[in-house]
Amino acid sequence: MTDLAHIRNFAIVAHIDHGKSTLADRLIQSTNTVSERDMKAQLLDSMDIERERGITIKANTVRIDYVAKDGEHYVLNLIDTPGHVDFAYEVSRSMRAVEGSLLVVDASQGVEAQTLANVYTAIEADHEIVPVLNKVDLPAAEPERVAEQIEDVIGIDASDACLISAKTGVGIPDVLEAIVKRLPPPHSGDRNAPLKAMLVDSWYDSYLGVVVLVRIMDGVLKKGDNIKMMQTGAKYGVDRIGVFRPAMQPVDELGPGEIGFLTGSIKQVRDTKVGDTITHEKKGCEKPLPGFKPSVPVVFCGLFPVDSAEFEDLRDAIEKLALNDASFSFEMETSAALGFGFRCGFLGLLHLEVIRDRIEREYDIDLITTAPSVIYHIFMKDGTKVELHNPADMPDLSKVDHLEEPRIKATILVPDEYLGDVLKLCQDRRGIQEDLTYAGSRAMVVYDLPLNEVVFDFYDRLKSVTKGYASFDYQMTGYREDHLVKMQILVNDEPVDALSTMVHRDRAEMRGRAMCEKLKDLIPRHMFKIPIQAAIGGKVIARETLSALRKDVTAKCYGGDATRKKKLLEKQKAGKKKMRQFGKVEIPQEAFISALKMDD
Amino acid sequence: MRSANSWQAALIEDWRNGGFGLYLHWPFCEAKCPYCDFNSHVSRQIDQTAWQVAYLSEIERVGALTKDRVLNSVFFGGGTPSLMNPDLVDAILEKIRDTWTLANDLEVTLEANPGSVEAGRFKAYSEAGVNRVSMGFQALNNRDLRRLGRIHTVEEGRRAFDIARSTFKRVSFDLIYARQEQAPEDWRAELTEALNMAVDHLSLYQLTIEQGTAFGDRYNAGKLRDLPNDDAAAEMYEITQEVCDAFGMPAYEVSNHARPDAESRHNMIYWRYGDYAGIGPGAHGRLTLNGKKHATEAFRQPNLWLERALGGNGDSVVGALTPQDMAGEYLIMGMRINDGIDVTRFEALAGQSINQDGLRDLLDWGMVTATPNEISTTRAGRMVLNAVIEKLMPDQ
Ligand SMILES: Nc1nc2c(ncn2[C@@H]2O[C@H](COP(=O)(O)OP(=O)(O)OP(=O)(O)O)[C@@H](O)[C@H]2O)c(=O)[nH]1
Ligand SMILES: C[S@@+](CC[C@H](N)C(=O)[O-])C[C@H]1O[C@@H](n2cnc3c(N)ncnc32)[C@H](O)[C@@H]1O
Ligand code: SF4
Ligand SMILES: [Mg+2]
Repeated sequence: MTDLAHIRNFAIVAHIDHGKSTLADRLIQSTNTVSERDMKAQLLDSMDIERERGITIKANTVRIDYVAKDGEHYVLNLIDTPGHVDFAYEVSRSMRAVEGSLLVVDASQGVEAQTLANVYTAIEADHEIVPVLNKVDLPAAEPERVAEQIEDVIGIDASDACLISAKTGVGIPDVLEAIVKRLPPPHSGDRNAPLKAMLVDSWYDSYLGVVVLVRIMDGVLKKGDNIKMMQTGAKYGVDRIGVFRPAMQPVDELGPGEIGFLTGSIKQVRDTKVGDTITHEKKGCEKPLPGFKPSVPVVFCGLFPVDSAEFEDLRDAIEKLALNDASFSFEMETSAALGFGFRCGFLGLLHLEVIRDRIEREYDIDLITTAPSVIYHIFMKDGTKVELHNPADMPDLSKVDHLEEPRIKATILVPDEYLGDVLKLCQDRRGIQEDLTYAGSRAMVVYDLPLNEVVFDFYDRLKSVTKGYASFDYQMTGYREDHLVKMQILVNDEPVDALSTMVHRDRAEMRGRAMCEKLKDLIPRHMFKIPIQAAIGGKVIARETLSALRKDVTAKCYGGDATRKKKLLEKQKAGKKKMRQFGKVEIPQEAFISALKMDD
Repeated sequence: MRSANSWQAALIEDWRNGGFGLYLHWPFCEAKCPYCDFNSHVSRQIDQTAWQVAYLSEIERVGALTKDRVLNSVFFGGGTPSLMNPDLVDAILEKIRDTWTLANDLEVTLEANPGSVEAGRFKAYSEAGVNRVSMGFQALNNRDLRRLGRIHTVEEGRRAFDIARSTFKRVSFDLIYARQEQAPEDWRAELTEALNMAVDHLSLYQLTIEQGTAFGDRYNAGKLRDLPNDDAAAEMYEITQEVCDAFGMPAYEVSNHARPDAESRHNMIYWRYGDYAGIGPGAHGRLTLNGKKHATEAFRQPNLWLERALGGNGDSVVGALTPQDMAGEYLIMGMRINDGIDVTRFEALAGQSINQDGLRDLLDWGMVTATPNEISTTRAGRMVLNAVIEKLMPDQ
C-alpha cells in the first residue's frame, strides 16, 4: 500500500518509432526493476510479431520503485503505448488509467502526425504532459529546433523538456525526477470507500485464463474478494491479484491509485468489457465510472479457414484474440464458396494483418482473408437505410436510391520537397484539400479523403513517395454520397465473391485493370488458360489472361530419385493447402488482400 | 470394389509386373561437374580391392533375401563407373552369376565418361560381361563442354563413342540441353547431329539447376547468365520430340528416346515400379519381401558405406512402404512412360482408387488418355507431368 502522494501513473506516448519502448527499457533498467541478465531491447514488446516488426502493438504496464533525489520512495506505474495510427485506441484507453504523459519526440525528426494526435488525446484526458526530446545522440538531432517546433505547432511549453538518449541512457535521471516532480499523483482515492476500479484491459493467458488489468480509484481489492462488473453484471471470485514488474508478481492488496491485475475463474470473454467498472459484489459503489468511448472498426473482411474442418478452432482463436483486443469485432459469416467463417472489423489494415498473423501463428490455422471493405450506407428507394459491410451483400441495384461512403480528415506532415508527391497522391485518391500550413520546412496538409481509398495501402504509398519522411493521422468525419459501384472479379468466368469490392465509378477501370494484373501474378499457372476479368453489373471493364502452364516436368527420375521426387510432391501438397479452390481454379490465400494493394 | 483379399494377392505378385534388376553405385569421378548433384566424389586414393570385397559381400547379403528371383538387368551407375578396374567389374559380374538365375537376355549396362582412358578399358569390360554402355557426352561443342565443367573434348568423345560402338552391341549417350546461351535452333542442329551418329538410344535431359551444386550457388547469386527462359526451354522440349520422331526415335519416357526394342530395360524396371536391389554408397532399392514392398537405402558417404559393408551391411535404412508411399511412387514413375499406369495395380498398391475428379478434368483438358484399365499421358500431359500427377493423387 502506497499513499497517493507517492504514486505516479503515466503513459509514454509518441509518434511511431520515436523511442517509447526504448525509454521504457531505460526506466526499468535504471530502477533495477529487472535484473541485468533478463534485460533486452524493447523488453515490453514480448509478442513474436512485435519483435519481428519492431513495433509495439499492445500497451504494456510496468510498476517500478523509485527513490527520488529528495529521499522519498515512489511507486511509478508506466504504460508503454503503441505508436501506429491503427492502435490509437490502445493509447486513448491507456491514458484514461493514468494522470500524466511523457510525450516523446525524436529530436532528429521533430513533431509528426501522431505526436499531434497523442497530444490532443492527452489534453482530452486532462493529462499533465512532460515533453521528452529523444535520440539526442544522433548527429542529426536538433533539440532546440524541435523544442521550438513543439511550442509553435502544439502550443505547449517545451522550455524544460528533458533531453535524452533512450539508447545511451543520457538524461534518464532527469526523466525520473520530472515524473515525480512534474506529474501529479492520483487526483483522489478513498481507501475506505466502496471498491471502484476501472477495467483497463483484459487478455487471455493460456495458463491463467483471463487476466484483467485494473486501476483502483477507491477502496481496496484483495485476493478472495467477490467482485462484480457493473456493466455486464458478471460476478467472480478473485483468485490472484498482483502487479507487473513486468513479470507478474502477486501482492496482498491493491489500493487507491494503484494499477495491477486480477484473475478469477473468468470463462466468458464477453464479461470483461474494457471501460467497465469493477466493484465488490456486496456493498458495491453506487455510480460507475464514465467508461470508454467505444472504438469503431473501420475495415471489415471475412476470415475463413482454408481447411473448413478448422472452423471451430478458428472460432476459439478469434474469441480469445478479441478478448485481448477490445477494438477487434467479429460475427459469423457464411459464403457459398468459402463455407463458414467470420466477418471481422479492424481499426486499419495493419491491425487486420496483425490479427491474421496471430491466428495463423499462435493457433496454427491457415486463413483465407477476403478483400477488405469499409462500411457503406445504402439508401434504398423505399426510404430504408442499410449498412453494407461486405460488397457481396450489395442489394439489387434497381432497389437502391444512392450510396454514401465514409470520409476522413487526414493530417499529413511532410518535408517541403515531397509536398508535391503527397498532394498528387491525395488528389489521385479523390481527396479534397482543406488546409495547408508550414512549420519551418515542414508542411502540414489536411485532406478530406474517402476512407476506402486510404484503408488498404495509402500509408504504404505515402511512405514510399516520401521515402519515409511523411507522417499521417486520421479521424473519421462522416458519410457523403458518391458514385460508388460494386466491382466483381471473375476468374475463369466465375465470379469470386471474396474479391468483390466497392469502387468509385471514375476509378473503376483503373482499379479493375490493376486488380486483374495483380491476380495474374498471384494465381499460379494451371493446365488451362484462365481469363481474369473485372466487371460492373454485367459489363466487363478489364481483362487479363493467365496463360496455361507450359512445362512442369522433372527431367530426370530414376530408381534413387523417387524419394527426392516424393519430397517435391509433398511440398506441392503443402503449397496446395494454402490455396482455395474456386471452380477449377486454385487461388492462393494471400491473393485476396494483395490484389487490392495498388502500386499506382 | 475389389475385396481386400484380392488386393493382397495382387500385391504379392506385384513386383513381377516390373521385373527385377540390380543397381550398383560407384561414387567416384575424376572431377566434379558443377551441375551434378549425384553422390559422386573426387578422391585421390581408392583401394579398389577393398571395394571389391565390400561389393561382393553386399551382393551375397542381398542375394540371400532374393534367392528365388530371375535377374533381368545389372546397371553400373555413378559417379563414373568407367573408372572401375575391369577386374573389379569382372569379379562383381562373376559373383552375380553365382547368386541369381539370370534372364537369357540379361542387360548389363555401364555408365561411361567419354574420355580416352575410359575407352581403353571398353574391351575388358565387354569381356567381363558388360553388353551396353551409356556415355555421358552432354554437349557436341567444346565451348559448352567446358562450361559444363567436362574434362573431355568433342573429338575425344567421338573417338570413345566409335570404340564403344565397335565393342558393345548397344550404346546410348546423354546430352544436356537448355544450356547457357543455347537457342532453340542451336539445339535443333546439335540434336540432328547427334541423331546422325546412328545411335539407337539417347537420353536428352533439360539442364536442371540443383540446389547445393556449384551451378545452384551461381544461379542463386544471379551469376548463371543467359539460361533459356521457361518458354524457350519448353520450345526446346517440343523440338526434341519433333526431331526425334522424324528420326524414328520417339520418346518412350520423358527424357529417353529409342528405336523400338532398344529401350533401357533396366530403367524400365524403375518406371514400371518393379523390384530392384541397390548396392553401393547412397543406392536405393525397392524389394518386395514377405509380400510387402520395402525401401532400402545405403549409407551415402563412400567411406562410411565401405566400412559398414565390410562389417556386414551397407544399408542405413530399410522399411516397409505405406500404401500412400506406393501410390505416390507408382504414379511418379509409371506416368513417365508411354504405357502409363495400370489402374488395378494402382488400386492394389494404394488401397484406394485414383482421384476420379482429377482424372475427369485431365481427360477433359486432353492431358491423359484412359482405357478401362490404363491411364497414360498425352504429349501435352507429359510436359506438365508434375501437375498431372498431383491431380491423379487420391485426396485421402
Ligand atoms: N540513436 C538512437 N536510437 C534510438 C533511441 N531510442 C530509440 N532508438 C531506436 O529507434 C527505434 C524505435 O525504437 P522503439 O523504442 O521501438 O520505438 P517506439 O516508439 O516504441 O515504436 P512503436 O512502439 O512502434 O511506436 C529502435 O531502432 C531504437 O533502437 C535513441 O535515443 N537514440
Ligand atoms: C548419373 S549422371 C552420371 C554419368 C556420368 N558420370 C557422366 O557424367 O557422364 C547421368 C546423367 O545425368 C545427366 N545429368 C546429371 N546432372 C544433371 C543436371 N543437373 N541436369 C540435367 N541432366 C543432368 C547427365 O546427362 C549425366 O550424363
Ligand atoms: S556428371 Fe558424371 S562425371 Fe560429372 S560429377 Fe556427376 S557423376 Fe561425376
Ligand atoms: Mg514501442
